[in-house]
Amino acid sequence: MMSQAKSATASKRPLTYQEVWGRIGIYTFLGVLALFFLLPLYVMLVTSFKSMDEVRLGLIFSLPQHFSLDAWVKAWTSACTGLDCTGLQVGFGNSVKILLPSVVFSILFGALNGYALSFWKVKGANVLFACLLLGSFVPYQVFIYPLVRFYAQTGIYGSLPAIVITHIIFGMPVMTLLFRNYYSGLPVELFKAARIDGAGFWKIFISIVLPMSVPIAIVAVIMQVTAIWNDFLLGLVFAGRDNLPMTVQLNNIVNTTTGERAYNVNMAATVLTSLVPLTVYLVSGRWFVRGIASGAVKG
Amino acid sequence: MSSVSLQNLEISYGNVAIVKSLDLTIQDGEFLVLLGPSGCGKSTLLSAIGGLVDVSGGRILFNDKDVTWADPKDRGIGMVFQSYALYPTMSVERNLSFGLRIAGIDRATIEKKVKWAAELLQITHLLDRKPSALSGGQRQRVAIGRALVRDADIFLFDEPLSNLDAKLRAELRLEIKKLHKTLKSTMIYVTHDQIEALTLADRIAVMKDGIIQQLDTPLNVYNKPANEFVGSFLGSPAMNKVEGQLVADGDRLVFTAGDFRLDASHYPFAQKVEGGRKAVLGLRPEHILPAKGDAQAIEGKVSLIEPMGSSILAWSNFDGVGLSHLVGQDDGCEADRTFPVTIDVQKASFFDVETGWRL
Repeated sequence: MMSQAKSATASKRPLTYQEVWGRIGIYTFLGVLALFFLLPLYVMLVTSFKSMDEVRLGLIFSLPQHFSLDAWVKAWTSACTGLDCTGLQVGFGNSVKILLPSVVFSILFGALNGYALSFWKVKGANVLFACLLLGSFVPYQVFIYPLVRFYAQTGIYGSLPAIVITHIIFGMPVMTLLFRNYYSGLPVELFKAARIDGAGFWKIFISIVLPMSVPIAIVAVIMQVTAIWNDFLLGLVFAGRDNLPMTVQLNNIVNTTTGERAYNVNMAATVLTSLVPLTVYLVSGRWFVRGIASGAVKG
Repeated sequence: MSSVSLQNLEISYGNVAIVKSLDLTIQDGEFLVLLGPSGCGKSTLLSAIGGLVDVSGGRILFNDKDVTWADPKDRGIGMVFQSYALYPTMSVERNLSFGLRIAGIDRATIEKKVKWAAELLQITHLLDRKPSALSGGQRQRVAIGRALVRDADIFLFDEPLSNLDAKLRAELRLEIKKLHKTLKSTMIYVTHDQIEALTLADRIAVMKDGIIQQLDTPLNVYNKPANEFVGSFLGSPAMNKVEGQLVADGDRLVFTAGDFRLDASHYPFAQKVEGGRKAVLGLRPEHILPAKGDAQAIEGKVSLIEPMGSSILAWSNFDGVGLSHLVGQDDGCEADRTFPVTIDVQKASFFDVETGWRL
């Protein structure tokens, strides 16, 4: 009670002269910093609304004189990657097709792993967990060539299953870590009570553990959606020509070396591609911070 | 209804032995309390009886049937945990019926059993709530209810009242006692709270370091502690302990510690004790009584008094030996004055200095 009363009066106390100037300084600094980091986004957006004639004037900071959505339409429907001129929509569809099963299964397996590791302690569970952890620190580029060989042998190289399986495998260490840490905070008595009630491995997982996992599952969805959507390398290597994700297609559009560079289309395409993770960040900032705080997000 | 028999039971984690070659038989319908300080292995032992911890040796028999390696759900037990362990995403009704639904029992029977348990525990009005919307006492009632609906033959309680405040604890303690009277099931109850143990138990098993020190009725455990550990673990305010010597004085035995002398000739020794034997005198504060003009009264100088409500705990010095003793509010005991007392030697305990066992 005492401390509450104290803090209440403290927050009401008027700021001193020095503190007021301190606050002004901090907010000015933060404002300038925010503007600086937002500048590229601003340039991208205004450029995407200009016609090529206007872009050629080279006034990158000026607002568009004739506001036009042509570049956006072109980026979505008819921008050319090599010989096909079907725009980003194909890549978007591919990315969704890759994203959905990858996110669902990597989270499901992560939860299952975490559950097994925290509640059904088998001999060597800690060693197993250490190996998984180690896996999250090995740069995944190392595995690309062996995986290519493996998929080639099994005949699924360059297909949707190949890229989905790859994402699931690479998501496993972090997802397992995330869920295991969450589950280790649950009282083990809960699990014992369920065993006395006659529930087995799957029954406990489905009826008791999964319904309690909603908060951490949201964090996992955010992490996996952003990571898989932003992936370029794995998509390029494993997805095959027909399933190239949006990021790869964007690169093909932007890096075309023939003809005139359509800066307005490139800008629009880039914003379109980053829209999904951007939305996820904006909508779920609070949950994302929680994910970082739970120690499972690495650089 | 079931009797429980543990034979030569061993439980260890890695190389650490938690329970060492333990034998214990619990009668059908008995209320047995496992009492001991934290880390003495009592909870582990209970988990092993419930089948949640693997034993490393020995056998567990329920009604002469070997269940050492049986699955928890096949043992006919209900268990109540300290942390309640209610399923947080399910309503009280679902919590109670979870086990029955898994067992595939028909709806009507489930409904009937849940209703019966809820009425017995007075939680009928809470059936639709989630555990998070319940108070601690209500949660523990639900947890007990979950054990009830399973028609358990044996109830295992793992410090069920430790998370509750003092008033609720007393209330629920009574409730559990009533429940035992109604159901007449075998109950095994783990606690570190001596009051719970003394009030609830038919028999108490006092444990230390994975070994049962004494197994007896509450009165005997309290009045005739088998060793120094049991004597000092039970009782509040704590037992006085004085190290000294039993000396032969003619045909009588007298306990001496410095100038302090106590005639021990009326003490019921369990074995023949020779004069000159070193011993520890264990004396409960309520067994040192205010003298009412007795001849054997000894005078002590009171150094401190602690009023405890119904009585007063006085700390006095008797011929160089400090003892705490209980006096009534009206006995006129004040600090820095002398106060005469008589010591009831028949209720005292003498322990061997080396082994700590009762003489």
